[in-house]
Amino acid sequence: MTGSQKRTFAQKLVIWIPYAWLLVFFLVPFLIVLKISLSHFALARPPYTPVLDLSAGWHGIAAFIAGLSFDSYALIGSDPLYLLSLAKSVEIAAFSTLLLLVIGYPIAYGIARAPRRLHAALVVLVMLPFFTAFLIRIYAWMDILQRDGPLNQLLMALDIVREPPVWLATDTAVYIGIVYSYLPFMVLPLYASLEKLDESLLEAAADLGCRRWQVFWRVTLPLSSPGVRAGALLCFIPAVGEFVIPDLLGGSQTPMIGQTLWTEFFGNKDWPTAAAVAVVLVILLVTPILLLQFQAMQATDRG
Amino acid sequence: MRKLSAFNLMALLLGFAFLYLPIVILVIYSFNASSLVAVWGGWSTHWYAELAKDAPLIDAAFISIRLALVSATAATILGTCAAVALTRYGRFHGRSLLGAMIYASLVLPDIITGLSLLLVFVAFSIDRGFWTVAVAHTTLAMCFVAVVVQARLIDFDMELEEAAMDLGATPLRTFVAVTLPLILPAVAAGWLLAFALSLDDLVIASFTTGPGATTLPIRIYSAVRLGVKPEMNAVCSIMVGVVGIAVIAASLLAKFNPARRKRAQF
Repeated sequence: MTGSQKRTFAQKLVIWIPYAWLLVFFLVPFLIVLKISLSHFALARPPYTPVLDLSAGWHGIAAFIAGLSFDSYALIGSDPLYLLSLAKSVEIAAFSTLLLLVIGYPIAYGIARAPRRLHAALVVLVMLPFFTAFLIRIYAWMDILQRDGPLNQLLMALDIVREPPVWLATDTAVYIGIVYSYLPFMVLPLYASLEKLDESLLEAAADLGCRRWQVFWRVTLPLSSPGVRAGALLCFIPAVGEFVIPDLLGGSQTPMIGQTLWTEFFGNKDWPTAAAVAVVLVILLVTPILLLQFQAMQATDRG
Repeated sequence: MRKLSAFNLMALLLGFAFLYLPIVILVIYSFNASSLVAVWGGWSTHWYAELAKDAPLIDAAFISIRLALVSATAATILGTCAAVALTRYGRFHGRSLLGAMIYASLVLPDIITGLSLLLVFVAFSIDRGFWTVAVAHTTLAMCFVAVVVQARLIDFDMELEEAAMDLGATPLRTFVAVTLPLILPAVAAGWLLAFALSLDDLVIASFTTGPGATTLPIRIYSAVRLGVKPEMNAVCSIMVGVVGIAVIAASLLAKFNPARRKRAQF
């Protein structure tokens, strides 16, 4: 169907209802976050000034614009807490993404090489944990990583360690939590591109004298790069703003940016600063999100 | 027939062990008679009986289920419309913005979605409670539904719909009689997915909720923040069971493809 054709009323509704919903509840909220990040903190309800008073006409709008300030951003720029917390989030997200790639690739490869009739079942098995309650799966790791928990009991029984190591409230626990919860996001796109791989190319490379690791490095890996990109973006973007995992499994030394935002909002009730943190986070994530969207839309149009 | 190498098999076994062992351990611990989570005191259903007496927790569970039913239904309608618009209507003004909003809300950290929706509700002085959380969950879940249904719409070509139109069916009739039956499994799968997402969400609900609308994840979170509790093992095991059944049903539905079946009969 071409765009030039005239649409019926029903078709217009099909386009405009979801469109309007997302505009009102997804796009407009961002503009409001942006606006509040430029407000002052106030002991009032709502806890910020200025409040846009349209009933006062032009005078109200002028007063509103005069009242805007960059104080919250200045605070974020000057207080090392925010910058450290941002840096820590990016570091944890980037390293987790790398770990996820290293762990997810062999799994995706294994599924792609399995007999074809098993593929659908194996894919469901990878997806299933993702939908069985995220909070609960993190909670399960709180059980496992306790001082006297099953992991330490196992390590002691096998004589690997003498003293039970501390797992909870460390970065290691956060990495375990992120890798565990995001693994399906990494495996599925990798599988999707490995499954399309033409095996005759691998045979050709082998016939031409490539060793197995050379075949992997020079043929398999480059051909699966769309899957690597999609998987890395799908894991990295939400991991930067992760709240539940560092809050339940991590320590209290340097909070991740999601925890900082949560504390500003629920603890300090400083809405303008929380909004400014959110804006900084969105700016940080805009490029990866656009890359992901570009890739996804390309796939849609090809199909 | 291809054969799995030892390395491939090992990767699969270890991978699935990593994904499933923690859940299995959680369920086993929920039957632990001991009140110390880490000490095994024999099998018992004590903690499940204890749950039945916890009225606030049961209230929260019912709120969460109602919430999931409402938001999954709304999200399925909106998400299916979005998927049809993106795959069947060619280029229209703002098509890439619609796609961008869908993909952005899929990956955007929950904490940003939650905060920004809350600020909208405050800006328009809307009282927060059950319905604000329902709107928030609908917004997130409709994007997941859109992606699932869209994948299905790309999967089969437009010949069938075009044939119906050539035979004189109106676009609406074509949709109801041809397109909808074909994508129904994906629509149903999307609904179950949206249901699971809503039942599970902590962050967005924490921001957008108000008095009288404490959901189950919010209760669980406040209980486990300071450490593991045996009753929580039992609640979580029940939730794993419920959501697990929903997801298995969803994936079976998604596989069920009436178009393919009919083609096979010819």
